[in-house]
Amino acid sequence: MNRFAELLDRLVLTPSRNGKLTLLTDYFRSVEDPDRGLALAAITGDLNIAAVKPAMLRTLVTERMDPVLFRYSYDYVGDLAETVSLVWPQTPGNIPNREPTLGEVVAKLQAASRSDGPKVLAGLLDSAGISARFAIIKLVTGGLRIGVSARLAKQALADFGTVDVTEIEELWHGLSPPYTALFAWLEGKAEKPRNTAMALFRPVMLSNPVGDGDLEKLDPADYAAEWKWDGIRVQAVAEGGIRRLYSRTGDDVSGAFPDLANAMHFSATLDGELLVGDPREATGTFSDLQQRLNRKTVTPKMQLQYPAFMRCYDLLQIGDEDLRALPFRERRGRLESFAGTLDPSRFDLSPFVEFTDWQALEELRRAPPHPIIEGVMLKRWDSPYVAGRPKGPWFKWKRDPHTVDAVLMYAQRGHGKRSSFYSDYTFGVWSGAEGEEELVPVGKAYFGFTDEELKQIDKYVRDNTIERFGPVRSVRADRDNGLVLEVAFEGLNRSTRHKSGVAMRFPRISRLRWDKPANEADRIETLQALLDR
Amino acid sequence: MRASDLLHPRPEGLYCPPGDFFIDPVRPVDRALITHGHSDHARSGHRSVLATQQTLDIMGLRYGEDFAGTTQAARLGETIALNGVCVSFHPAGHVLGSAQISVEHQGTRIVASGDYKRQRDATCAPFEPIRCDVFITEATFGLPVFRHPPDTQEIARLLKSAAQFPERSHLVGAYALGKAQRVMRLLRDSGYDKPLYIHGALAKLSEYYQSQGIDLGALQPATVEGGKEDFAGAIVVGPPSAFADRWARRFPDPISCFASGWMRIRQRAKQGGVELPLIISDHADWDELTATIKETGAEEIWVTHGREEALVRWCELEGIAARPLHLVGYEDEGD
Repeated sequence: MNRFAELLDRLVLTPSRNGKLTLLTDYFRSVEDPDRGLALAAITGDLNIAAVKPAMLRTLVTERMDPVLFRYSYDYVGDLAETVSLVWPQTPGNIPNREPTLGEVVAKLQAASRSDGPKVLAGLLDSAGISARFAIIKLVTGGLRIGVSARLAKQALADFGTVDVTEIEELWHGLSPPYTALFAWLEGKAEKPRNTAMALFRPVMLSNPVGDGDLEKLDPADYAAEWKWDGIRVQAVAEGGIRRLYSRTGDDVSGAFPDLANAMHFSATLDGELLVGDPREATGTFSDLQQRLNRKTVTPKMQLQYPAFMRCYDLLQIGDEDLRALPFRERRGRLESFAGTLDPSRFDLSPFVEFTDWQALEELRRAPPHPIIEGVMLKRWDSPYVAGRPKGPWFKWKRDPHTVDAVLMYAQRGHGKRSSFYSDYTFGVWSGAEGEEELVPVGKAYFGFTDEELKQIDKYVRDNTIERFGPVRSVRADRDNGLVLEVAFEGLNRSTRHKSGVAMRFPRISRLRWDKPANEADRIETLQALLDR
Repeated sequence: MRASDLLHPRPEGLYCPPGDFFIDPVRPVDRALITHGHSDHARSGHRSVLATQQTLDIMGLRYGEDFAGTTQAARLGETIALNGVCVSFHPAGHVLGSAQISVEHQGTRIVASGDYKRQRDATCAPFEPIRCDVFITEATFGLPVFRHPPDTQEIARLLKSAAQFPERSHLVGAYALGKAQRVMRLLRDSGYDKPLYIHGALAKLSEYYQSQGIDLGALQPATVEGGKEDFAGAIVVGPPSAFADRWARRFPDPISCFASGWMRIRQRAKQGGVELPLIISDHADWDELTATIKETGAEEIWVTHGREEALVRWCELEGIAARPLHLVGYEDEGD
């Protein structure tokens, strides 16, 4: 249990992706089965343990210590799981000679009935030290919140076994904790596990951005063009009565889109974009789509107001026939006839963009016919469907980003290589009536500048600090003073969380405008106009 | 006599009227008794200072030889009479030279502990519990959430991380007096024998510790003058403030570590951008505080600098009279 607890503690404080991967692979290497597999399941959210409510935890601890001292403690720490792990009284005569393993903890928790759950939990907490108690409480209260996505965990598995991550993704949904066969294969001690489960995820094919000079080398006749829809890339798999919608990294998202999943009356694997609206009438905007994102459950009203549908790009499998090795041209032909059999309110075909030369396509790309289009896709007519991001067969050619001139408001110290630099910037634009303008924060960015520019901004921040809050400095920014940053971003979402009412997608610093006076930075209305488009 | 007539707070610090002296005064006074060398307890500018020889040495190193008008060294355990008040110094286990001060007059004995800890520390003499009527305890970590793990366990985590990330340097933030030397000594005791790199602010005090027979092994300045040194895999010790500074830019992709009792609270580590918190403290944790209060046998406890209310509450539950003693001007430099 202690090694798992230590892993959680390290992961939550390690900001760098590579650092996290090292910690995870070291853990997989040094910990035996079934503990490492259970830890993996806890991280990916695949561990099934009956949840304990915070109120129950509180009751358990105040039965064991003075409620006033508990209140002082909780007020100070602010986090219930952490407070309980620290104050849980350890009776001296009651300390076992060894702490329980993760496997033992999980087995006890899973075997506990609803009524004796609290007693089992208390017994486990009695038998564990502080770090292990914290980890146990995290397991039973759900949600580790350690900044590791399932995707990153799979990447760590791939690194650990030196295989490609798509192999892990393809296997994943046929496996279950504690993944003993998977680890055995990754360690070279057994064959690759065979997948016999139904409706599995197929690793998706991705594209590369069009780089400078790329197009000159390519013949337009070799490529088909489609709009690049800015929804969520999904894979719809129906087989043997099982229907699943996967995200492009293989996470099962069927639960969030039951309306679409229920319309999958076929036996096939489709690749496409999830959007909202009725494809026969109108495609919803990104703001509409946002209503359906990041929800665990979805009300019937929501499904009616923002129905989900799939715009199909590709057909990977039909019945028992795997089409992935066929050229795109043939797959597309099969897709076109197959799409005709689908529910037209839930599925349509991604249309081709007709073009003769790159110049003509460039004009279409710059002025797409719908706000949720973010550019065009180029696909070689002869390309098979391969996992990952091969260079050459598929390209994405995005619309140019939006830009806004904003004023630097706060700077936060970075991590690792950047721990002595103020490298994360919060910036704002002007709002309010003339003469009463105020800066309102609209986003945060921490890349897009060169190392040399970072040094310059860092110096500016240190020289113009007006207040400090821990690692954050508030920087002088008013009508007469301030550093203007040109910020590039892909789009805007409505936000109820931010005072400005907008949230930027993928913001980065595109230029430092040392020359521009702060009062000439943009106003919030400029951004609001983008929202309403 | 009433205990509060023997010692009570004044703006300058804790004052003893019959003896006419202050303990750890925060403003210049005629006669000061000083528990240890941390700058919030040991200030310069007093007319006369009574402290252990090591505390006097440390004050000299920090403030210059003329830090006080006159000085007198107190030997541990020896009784000194000041206007008929008997005072004696006893080890506090906090940092090198640190002492509790016992003040006795007309049958009443008060022990002012200054800062103290009970965990073993190879860089200073261990705390000795003194029987007394009133025990003045610090409460820096006076909440049941503060439970310091064994320091050896924390150092093992540092060494494990150094092995896991051999291409990066580990920057260990530790206060210049006491903590830094303790961390270095712990590393040596764990068998780490490579040179340790130190920030300039640690040089004089570390040298003094070595001169007092506390072996810290090979220490090298963490400078890049005289050619480019490679700090990959190195352990660098410095004051915490230096790591947020431009000074830290010479190290390759550093992992910031901080050796402090505050690192028990995750949010503290997170806010400070600490990647590897090391829970190593020179102050007593909750269990040490409560155990020490019982050991002194004191009928009354005065609680100072820290989270007084929780410790006062605990005393109430134990049937021990207790009250907060409001002294101003103490921070937690030592942790």
